[in-house]
Amino acid sequence: MHELSIASAILDAVRKEAEKRPGVRVRKVGVRIGALSGVEPEALSFGFGALVQGTDLDPLALEIESVPWRQRCPPCDLTFDVKDEGLACPRCARPETLMAGGDELDLAYLEVEE
Amino acid sequence: MDRIPLEKKVLSENDRVAARLRDRFREHGILCLNLISSPGAGKTTLLELTLGRLPKEARVAVLTGDIQTDNDARRLARFGFPARQITTGGACHLDARMVERALADWQLENLDLLIIENVGNLVCPSSYDLGEAAKIVLLSVPEGEDKPLKYPAIFLKSELLVLNKIDLLPYVSFDMARAREHARSIHPGMEILEVSCTTGEGLDQWIQWIKKRGEILRAETAKLPTLGR
Repeated sequence: MHELSIASAILDAVRKEAEKRPGVRVRKVGVRIGALSGVEPEALSFGFGALVQGTDLDPLALEIESVPWRQRCPPCDLTFDVKDEGLACPRCARPETLMAGGDELDLAYLEVEE
Repeated sequence: MDRIPLEKKVLSENDRVAARLRDRFREHGILCLNLISSPGAGKTTLLELTLGRLPKEARVAVLTGDIQTDNDARRLARFGFPARQITTGGACHLDARMVERALADWQLENLDLLIIENVGNLVCPSSYDLGEAAKIVLLSVPEGEDKPLKYPAIFLKSELLVLNKIDLLPYVSFDMARAREHARSIHPGMEILEVSCTTGEGLDQWIQWIKKRGEILRAETAKLPTLGR
């Protein structure tokens, strides 16, 4: 339910970046959202669209790359996606694996026009 | 169309403020704890009992977040320690800026312990660093033992799980062994305490945990070259 705050943080960051580059128009912002970030991509897109409408940045597209939750088993040197089976290593079954991805809430890129 | 890579956190502004808060807490040797749970799990009651058990001269303060009302701050202020409400006006979590604003006129040098009671929610607060030394997740027995699997992020990021309302175990179908197993499957090193705010069971261990955590923090701080004295 905090997607509107996240959308607003993305817009603030885009505006800051745009100010550093006078004369360019930002057309798209790319974000990376991990499965553990607590952010629902659909709600984020909706909130982003509502916030950007009618502002100086409109039209601005949002592209979301969803990142799965990944764990790593150091002894096996194996990284795997976490599904319903839990966090144990699918090869050696040891339960102590380390988080290797999924909490991303990152600004990845901007697409701009001169 | 040109693509410019950015590679930064969406919440980098929040993280910057949180880092500033963390430095201030360290500088003053303050243990800051961020208490998170669903609504009704017993955060405020646990804090009431905690404050009630501390000596009058304890240097402790609480911030409590809610969407509306200052009921919780009023409940907590009765114990004679500084307590301040942060009303988020709709936001489902506290962010670092709200905490910084709430602390603006407090003398941090007079504190050893600051407990922040977050807005009742197991999802959103997990994304926002408040500058705390540790997040603590509170889970009450009636909520069910599968919460760690449903809301893994907060269980991954919390140092301690407090299982509350254990006096209700005879009346609800809550499998304590499975709850512990689920939590440790998400976060193998997680510390777990079982408490009842109704019977008082486990509260001594909870107070001990806070004391021990404060000692760990101050030992770490003493080693930091820029902050150690």
